[in-house]
Amino acid sequence: MRADRFQKQPARWWSSLIWPLTGLALLLLFNLFFTKGFFHLEIRDGHLYGSLVDIINRGAPVMILALGMTLVIATGGVDLSVGAVMAIAGTVAAELINNPKVPFPAVILAALAVAVAAGCWNGLLVTLFRVQPLVATLVLMVGGRGVAQLITNGQQIYFEDPRLVFVGNGHLLGLPFPALLSLGMLLLTAVLTRKTAIGLFIESVGDNQTASAFAGVNARTVKFLVYTFSGLCAGLAGLIDTSNIKSVDANKIGLSLELDAILAVVVGGTALTGGRFYLVGAIVGALFIRTLTTTMYALNVKSDVAPVPKALAIIAVCLLQSPAFRRRVAGWWAARKS
Amino acid sequence: MTLEASASLLEIRGLSKSFPGVKALEGVDFTVRRGEVHALMGENGAGKSTLIKVLTGVYPRDGGTFRLDGVAIAPRSTKDAESVGISTVYQEVNLIPHLSVAENICLGRQPMRWGMIDWRAMARRAEAALARVDLKLDVHQPLASHSIAIQQLTALARALDVEAKLLILDEPTSSLDAKEVEELFQVLRKLRAQGMGIVIVTHFLDQVYAIADRITVLRDGRLVGEYETAKLPRVELVSRMVGRELTKMKAVERGTEAARHAPAPEVLLELRQFGRPGSIAPLDLTVGQGEVVGLAGLLGSGRTETARIIFGIDRARSGEMWLGGKKTAFRSPRHAIQEGLAFTPENRKVEGVIPHLSVRENIILALQARAGLLRPISRKRQGEIADEFIKLLGISTPGPEQAVMNLSGGNQQKVLLARWLAMQPRLLILDEPTRGIDVGAKAEIEKLVQSLREKGMAILFISSELEEVVRGCQRVVVLRDRAKVGELAGDAISEEAILHTIAGSSHAR
Ligand SMILES: Nc1ncnc2c1ncn2[C@@H]1O[C@H](COP(=O)(O)OP(=O)(O)OP(=O)(O)O)[C@@H](O)[C@H]1O
Ligand SMILES: [Mg+2]
Repeated sequence: MRADRFQKQPARWWSSLIWPLTGLALLLLFNLFFTKGFFHLEIRDGHLYGSLVDIINRGAPVMILALGMTLVIATGGVDLSVGAVMAIAGTVAAELINNPKVPFPAVILAALAVAVAAGCWNGLLVTLFRVQPLVATLVLMVGGRGVAQLITNGQQIYFEDPRLVFVGNGHLLGLPFPALLSLGMLLLTAVLTRKTAIGLFIESVGDNQTASAFAGVNARTVKFLVYTFSGLCAGLAGLIDTSNIKSVDANKIGLSLELDAILAVVVGGTALTGGRFYLVGAIVGALFIRTLTTTMYALNVKSDVAPVPKALAIIAVCLLQSPAFRRRVAGWWAARKS
Repeated sequence: MTLEASASLLEIRGLSKSFPGVKALEGVDFTVRRGEVHALMGENGAGKSTLIKVLTGVYPRDGGTFRLDGVAIAPRSTKDAESVGISTVYQEVNLIPHLSVAENICLGRQPMRWGMIDWRAMARRAEAALARVDLKLDVHQPLASHSIAIQQLTALARALDVEAKLLILDEPTSSLDAKEVEELFQVLRKLRAQGMGIVIVTHFLDQVYAIADRITVLRDGRLVGEYETAKLPRVELVSRMVGRELTKMKAVERGTEAARHAPAPEVLLELRQFGRPGSIAPLDLTVGQGEVVGLAGLLGSGRTETARIIFGIDRARSGEMWLGGKKTAFRSPRHAIQEGLAFTPENRKVEGVIPHLSVRENIILALQARAGLLRPISRKRQGEIADEFIKLLGISTPGPEQAVMNLSGGNQQKVLLARWLAMQPRLLILDEPTRGIDVGAKAEIEKLVQSLREKGMAILFISSELEEVVRGCQRVVVLRDRAKVGELAGDAISEEAILHTIAGSSHAR
């Protein structure tokens, strides 16, 4: 074989991040010019404050949802129930925290356990009963809020327990706690997927399920685990969101966040058809979406028209990611020049 | 314009194409005349498919010119290419599995009536197109319900349905058997007589000498030369392609010869009236340790189906299976793999490769699946295994991290072989293992199979290439119409004997 025909390609782990980061950078650049004080940071009482911090802070639920969603989407599925599961976890926590007999760790554990159970339910529907993921998780998306309503008797619950309030509002080492939680979850997910074989199995099942089965990969276990994990992520996101506003309204917590999470995953470079997944990409995607929302607020865009520019920006990033689109633009550019 | 130039239908000059990390083609010239069959030859990864894809607008080119009928062309898509008169069957059949056969044949040029698809006309047209490759099918069935060979013939029928000046066939015969190949060649001869230019890529030298008028050889992305078939002896052709000495097939033959006369090996796999209605009638079959047993038969004779029920992909409905003296029945491939079985499926695109994953990940996938979720193979070990097989099988790739879909067809096949060889199975089932693999590599693989046998592995070998079966197998089980019709052993094994067994039972019916 001729030696110079192949060149070793340096493995560039960041290459998948180029487009989501470009999108985020463009958005920040826009804000640099059009939104006053967007980059202003200050330290108050030893805590960091500012729009940027706010984005990371308020973006935490979607970041965490996006981690679970990334794995689900990588297997070729989708989890529409995460918003509703957030509501269930939030109500469970709020209900229990107001009961002085329940110790605090039990409150957190119970809320997370319920969310994990919801994830297991999705996983069972998808694997054992072979229901299409879209349909299977739609069941909980629609029914989950009803369950939450049952728990609260349709009431809005308020709480003041400082420990629960800390989850969504506290600071640790000067940094907002939700941001640290997201970072922790990112690390945990990365370790879980890359230090065991599950990451490989998720990608192989999502990329070619038949071939994976022929190679002995147990698609059922893999899928069951990712839906369960997505449930856990939703539970944590629900705790943060509930704690953030110190109250829970089963109809409002996590409303439409499943869509934000899916968009974050797609912006992050993971294909909806499954296969290779990008966790850091999903985090960047979630930040992108949160920044968009904040930008809309800052520019006083009315909330009923806000989805339009938001959709346009997301489409732009998705187009940037498509090699076919980039080729076309390059071809068109070359044709114009000559 | 010179006389020579006007005689040529297609002229490619100085074609170059690079992919990240690979110079796939460098300054290649290629000329096809009217009314000739031109074989494009070269090892796996030489650049044949890339040349075809660049010519037909699947990939943009980096440099070079195309002329068709003396006119410069620059197709930007397969459809563009069809509209200037180039019809192509690509190596990886790229039809749509869930659409019907008729829809696949007529896709993009459906007969219309009052602004709507005329389904009846479409069915008629599809049937007519299939008739040209001598195939009768229910054209309303989804394509996926048919074997890969039928799919290949459907792709051919589709290509013939286009009004073309130039017909390009990239390994059209890789899953066809002798009879169908002959039928295809009849069609090609007719088209050649009508003045069509035909480009064919194949790794079967017999077929080249049966049909091609001229040969162009590529090696490592460069042009080696253009030859008249009649003036290029086989050995010459091979050495032009490979650029080195070939493994002697004689050695394989001698090894098999010796093994055929060795005492009967200890039985590892035994099927007793094992079968499944609709796929294979109950059959008896044994494979011993250190034995290569061939499964021969025409397409659709039940070879793959037999492998599928052994490996637990389909469940058997009758009979028993014994493995190493224990009665077993596998519920899934996973279960079979745990018991030391391995199976390289014939349909590599659907059942084999994980396209976006790397060569390394594809190779260690089954190994990791067997080890389980919680016992990850270290990255270092993965790299070592991948490197070992890349070297052993001569997989041509810029490195172990290349996505498998970016490899040439034959090299993807080698990756799949590597996946299963890495398992060191007790019983290895090879379903068309050399499909799309070049002559040099084929010899290496036959040698490898032999050395595995010598180490005591049991091997069930399925192939449409009788020559390969005869050369490597100690026993041959012959199937016909989804039933076992005979078994040959030892010196009784020959191509004629196998063909006779296949035909004999057809007379009996
Ligand atoms: N899309 C792609 N991206 C990167 N590399 C590619 C791509 N397609 C082909 N290559 C590389 O280009 C080279 C030529 O491949 P090509 O498919 O043309 O080989 P081939 O001659 O058709 O081989 P085979 O006989 O195995 O089909 C190979 O080294 C292959 O790895
Ligand atoms: Mg090829």
